[in-house]
Amino acid sequence: MANRRILGLSFVFSVAALSLTTVSAQQVDFDRDIRPILSNNCFACHGPDENTREAELRLDDKDSVFADRDAPLIQPGKAASSELFRRISSTDENEMMPPADFRKKLTGQQIELIEKWIDQGAEWKQHWAWTAPNRPQVPKAGRNGVLNPIDNFIIRQLSDEGLTMSQPADRVTLIRRLSFDLLGLPPNAEEVAAFVNDKDPKAYQNLVKRIIAKPQYGERLAMYWLDIVRYADSNGYHADKTRQIAPYRDYVINAFNTNKPYDLFVKEQLGGDLMENATIEQQVASGFNMLLQTTDEGGAQAKEYLAKYSADRVRNTASIFLGVTLGCAECHDHKYDPFTTQDFYNFASFFADINEVGVGNAPAFPVIDGMLADQIADKTSAIADKQASLNAVSREPSDARKAWEAALAKQADTSVVAGKWQYLGPLVAASFDEAHDKSFLNEAESIDLSVGVGDKKWAEKDFPDGAVHALDQTANAAHYLQRTLTVKAASKVELKFGSDDGIRVWVNQKEVLTNKVTRGPAPDQEKITVDLKEGENSLLLKISQGGGGAGFYYAHNNSGLPADIAAILGKTERTEAERNKLSDYYRDNSDELKTQRDEIAAMQKQLEQLNNSAPKTLMTRVREPRMIRVLPRGNWMDDSGAEASPTVPGFMKPLAIEGRRANRLDLANWMVDPGNPLTSRVVVNRLWKLFFGHGLAEPLDDLGAQGTRPSHPDLLDWLAVELIESGWDIKHIVGLIVNSNTYRQSSTLTVELAGLDPYNFKYARQSQYRLEAEMIRDTALAISGLLSDKLGGSSVKPYQPAGYWKHMNFPKRTWQMSGGDDIYRRGLYTHWQRMFLHPSLLAFDAPSREECTVSRPRSNTPQQALVLLNDPTYVEAARAFAERILMHGGPDDSSKLNWAYQIALSRNVNPNEANVLLDVLAKHLNTYKQNPQAADEYLSVGRRVTPENIDKSELAAWTSISRIILNLHETITRN
Amino acid sequence: MANNSLSVNRRSFLGHGAQGVGVYALASLLGQTQAADVEVPRWPGVLNGKLHREAKAKRVIFLTMAGGMSHLETFDNKPKLRELDGQPMPESYTKGQPIAQLQNRELLCLGGQHEFKKHGESGNELSAIWEHLGSVADDIAIVRSLKTEAINHDPAHTFMNTGTTISGRPSMGSWLTYGLGAETENLPGFVVLTSSGGGQDQPIDSRQWHSGFLPSRFQGVHFHSQGDPVLYVNNPPGIDREGQGDIVKAVQQLNQFRGAVVNDPEIATRISQYEMAFRMQASVPGLMDTSDETQATMDLYGTKGADGTFAANCLLARRLAQRGCRFIQLYHRGWDHHGNVKGASQNTAKLIDQGITALIKDLKQRDMFDDTLIVFASEFGRTPMAQGNGRDHHIKGYSIFLAGGGIKPGTTVGATDDLGYNAVDDVVTVHDLHATMLHLLGIDHERMTFQFQGRDFRLTDVHGKIVDKLLA
Repeated sequence: MANRRILGLSFVFSVAALSLTTVSAQQVDFDRDIRPILSNNCFACHGPDENTREAELRLDDKDSVFADRDAPLIQPGKAASSELFRRISSTDENEMMPPADFRKKLTGQQIELIEKWIDQGAEWKQHWAWTAPNRPQVPKAGRNGVLNPIDNFIIRQLSDEGLTMSQPADRVTLIRRLSFDLLGLPPNAEEVAAFVNDKDPKAYQNLVKRIIAKPQYGERLAMYWLDIVRYADSNGYHADKTRQIAPYRDYVINAFNTNKPYDLFVKEQLGGDLMENATIEQQVASGFNMLLQTTDEGGAQAKEYLAKYSADRVRNTASIFLGVTLGCAECHDHKYDPFTTQDFYNFASFFADINEVGVGNAPAFPVIDGMLADQIADKTSAIADKQASLNAVSREPSDARKAWEAALAKQADTSVVAGKWQYLGPLVAASFDEAHDKSFLNEAESIDLSVGVGDKKWAEKDFPDGAVHALDQTANAAHYLQRTLTVKAASKVELKFGSDDGIRVWVNQKEVLTNKVTRGPAPDQEKITVDLKEGENSLLLKISQGGGGAGFYYAHNNSGLPADIAAILGKTERTEAERNKLSDYYRDNSDELKTQRDEIAAMQKQLEQLNNSAPKTLMTRVREPRMIRVLPRGNWMDDSGAEASPTVPGFMKPLAIEGRRANRLDLANWMVDPGNPLTSRVVVNRLWKLFFGHGLAEPLDDLGAQGTRPSHPDLLDWLAVELIESGWDIKHIVGLIVNSNTYRQSSTLTVELAGLDPYNFKYARQSQYRLEAEMIRDTALAISGLLSDKLGGSSVKPYQPAGYWKHMNFPKRTWQMSGGDDIYRRGLYTHWQRMFLHPSLLAFDAPSREECTVSRPRSNTPQQALVLLNDPTYVEAARAFAERILMHGGPDDSSKLNWAYQIALSRNVNPNEANVLLDVLAKHLNTYKQNPQAADEYLSVGRRVTPENIDKSELAAWTSISRIILNLHETITRN
Repeated sequence: MANNSLSVNRRSFLGHGAQGVGVYALASLLGQTQAADVEVPRWPGVLNGKLHREAKAKRVIFLTMAGGMSHLETFDNKPKLRELDGQPMPESYTKGQPIAQLQNRELLCLGGQHEFKKHGESGNELSAIWEHLGSVADDIAIVRSLKTEAINHDPAHTFMNTGTTISGRPSMGSWLTYGLGAETENLPGFVVLTSSGGGQDQPIDSRQWHSGFLPSRFQGVHFHSQGDPVLYVNNPPGIDREGQGDIVKAVQQLNQFRGAVVNDPEIATRISQYEMAFRMQASVPGLMDTSDETQATMDLYGTKGADGTFAANCLLARRLAQRGCRFIQLYHRGWDHHGNVKGASQNTAKLIDQGITALIKDLKQRDMFDDTLIVFASEFGRTPMAQGNGRDHHIKGYSIFLAGGGIKPGTTVGATDDLGYNAVDDVVTVHDLHATMLHLLGIDHERMTFQFQGRDFRLTDVHGKIVDKLLA
């Protein structure tokens, strides 16, 4: 977002620059000089939006501008006889444009530019970003300072303005810059020494190769990508519940590390689930479509939220891959770019096949691959083998089997034979009391299973006895359950129940139990003994539900042979199916086969554990596409709009799909088609930002008419074509950029450049700027030696102030700090709670990731100082760093300071600095010697245990020194 | 040498600026990344000295009754609704209207659960749950015709705070501190205080005080009643203010040395921010320590000190106002009364009533009432229809009140229909409320804009008209 500000400024400065060179001296370029003026001041009434268009005039459209008119709008070569010029230069309130009461005015300079443009022939150009990039010729720039074609483009433009590049930065600066930019971490002292002393002429290129091959490269690029795609560990709206999505994050890290071609990267994310024989990796990638904010708020309307989700995907997908503000066309045609409202909803139709609920939590699916997949396959086949042999044994007419059958037949005579459960519900009541008390049906009469209540019908259910079963969770509702109990002779039988919440029981239409209670279900919460008559008896249960989960438990006290087994036992002639059924019952229940059964059960448990050990993640699952309509003024309740279908914006190259409905994968293919003017430019522009602090074209998420023209349009196009022709090779583009001389320049700001190009859009130097939020944390942990190098896995929870989550609810939560080294993981693994992002990350401008963020602000606030000074993460890191200094820093204080500076800043401390630090050291050493208790407290911050053999006052004093170093501007600045 | 080049750098900003102060302001804003003036760490506001009109109010205290306070139990007396209590709600009101938890339920009228009484010379009508507020009825302006657009808590708060339900836009406190800066160097310009109780507590998202696409320095700072009042404002254990001062001082000196070498204007800004941070470490505890208040004041608010209650937060709001904060926002989370609206509204009002009344009286006795704009509002109201013995969310008409700087005292503006469903007279939208607030602060809501994604954004989006009847 800082770049948006820079955008504002660059705008001011480009105008200012024009005023210095006079307008008359230059060739006016429509796309560069004129369209921005028209777009900013005129398009609101004379632009793409049909509904606000005045006088049927479109100034964004060549045909409209040059249409035949009595008074020609533009007479090429003759501003004086052009109506456009007459109106914008008029001082008559009835004639002037923009109108006198419009909030925008043209400056004299802008009017002069338009006059010049018309006088020079009024050449019209299409907006640069709407035509596909062609590879421009690399300009000649001499040999001086040219390491690769990037430099030619930069030097050519600099020399046009009489400027030259700065000297290359020194090697220490270079390795620190590369390390921060490519890994997000400072280099270690050995790496610095090796590079500084490397005599190989290709030392720098080799260093780039080494760095770009490290796994932390994927983490650093993922950090940026996760902002862009709005990755977070929580749902975003209302309760902001945790979601499982970490495997998607790891997919991204892995994609950058393995240098997955960008076109495939796009396809897998948008449509991985639709790819042929989609791999588990591709399904994980498709979690991209589920990264949006969702709600499960009670009382939210599904239809409204489905409309929100639909708009969210359009707005963000267009920002993410295309760098355009298609989201602006949700309620009206775009004001500046040729996107219509129909385009917006057509784009939304691509996502209409995503199976999701409007209100609720999306299910996460297990990610089973690699070693785990093998283990699961092995275990599954072992179980199948064992089961097959058990099946075979159980069908053999052994003596044991015969004896078992005889005993069972005897038991069947005295057994209660229970019929299948019949279920009716949920029946909604106004309150829990009503749910429990009200007779929704006449319990005192025998139940007619063909008659339901309202729209609810009786249905057969399989609820095995002796287990707790969940029921529908509707609040304030009743559930009826009915079955028959058949006995050969009248007998007393004990029935056992559990319920969530209340329960009522009738036997043969007589109520035998009622308990209005709120509780969770468990076995044997109620036990009653009832008299059953000979033959068939009716058992009716009613479970009443207040809120939360619902369920019940049922068992009776005899061995309870199932009705069908009892029936089979009674027969002398049995069919094959009946014989098998009996065999299966023998297999599943007999004592003789228990050992084998237990073995299988144990294996199944292991299998279950294996399955449960799989991480889970949101994935895209499809359904029959929903009908998407244009929502008039974006109103989700209005169904009168035109139908939409999955097609791309009308003014762009159409999809080449015929005879079937286009899908997300088609959209992805269209995006990465070499003819797409946006995708490749967007990528290289954003990669450029990683290495210079801002893009070649700003802002990074609006290449449309309201964006500024690129500072180096030819370079942008050259890189875009290079990306496509390299096979969308991201590491290739990264390598090109960081190997250029442009990148390697010193960042020193001279007086001259401070005046001419304060924000460095000409690249006569490198830039210096603050590290990103996560990198500040990572740097402190790296310096202290605490940093864990574990890659991927679940998100983690480092120190966070108690009570910070106090204002979240449904449910209330407290931050459960991670165990072990997980509190020392890199910042990108921190649990990303959208509503309450970790305060230290937030202070350094990490976004909550509710929307696509292509450029974070780079603020400088007192809160940042408070974090670095007082957050236990940094206080503990300082102590751990102090331990290292004392252990490795050499014999005296000066050598210790040098060692510390080498670790943190890759340089020696200078005498002025040393004096400041030694003063604090002496003073604090004295303080803590006199006050050992204060030292103990100071050293108690964080979970790390201080080694016993260290002098505590010394460690405390050096902790102060370390805190100073961790707080230095230099420590958190990429130079 | 570094200093020279820095000042050249700054002059170049000023020199190039066709737009004078605008460019300086922008540069210095950026310059929270670059080129900020070390001597003036305080952000002067983009409208610094160039207000669009005379300001009636200098600051805002915005009291958010979070959860959706029922207008029918507080400020909007509807005899007709009482008559129809228990009867079906006429379908002409509800057909085709958005509904939250009452979807697919029978819609029955629920009469107001509390008596109403007219107060003071103005005759402003309040329900009986306000035992204290009646004594300042002549000081407030009730609006009974507010409408909003979002029917669920989270988006409705976002709409009230940012003028849109889409995430990522600045909240009104951020807009105001961006426009006007703050009159304090020791405290943030935009402060948020929270309390809860009385009924069901809905979650509150930190998005509600986020600066969106405005620079982060305009983000609201959330003061906590538990732990550090401002996150990380206290020293680590085992180090006192002097020891911490040694560290800050050393950081400043070393940063200055570095600045001389690399000529990075950002270093100057960082130094000034460390100064402010160190000052905050003293000023925040001073703010929270109310032992310098008289017993009479404590009794007026009915609080024992900064204990996280609404009453205590009202007192802190006054202390923040005195110290130059621009936008002070209180949230009380207890107003979501889906059930037992009678008892719950009474219980919640008990936690609110004395504090807000005391705030008005206290500001008056300190001559601060006339330049402090007070807004007392929920994200939405509640249905005239029953949800059991409670009420559901309602967006088509509800009540708020305003008071203080530039507000016409002792008046009631607008009305809902006979059943308290639709705002029908002098309908006020959230954008109108924002436009009016900005107007009172001297800002033309159409002219304070910020460019983002190629478009000029403003708090009122493309809407908003000033509510003249509210103006003194």
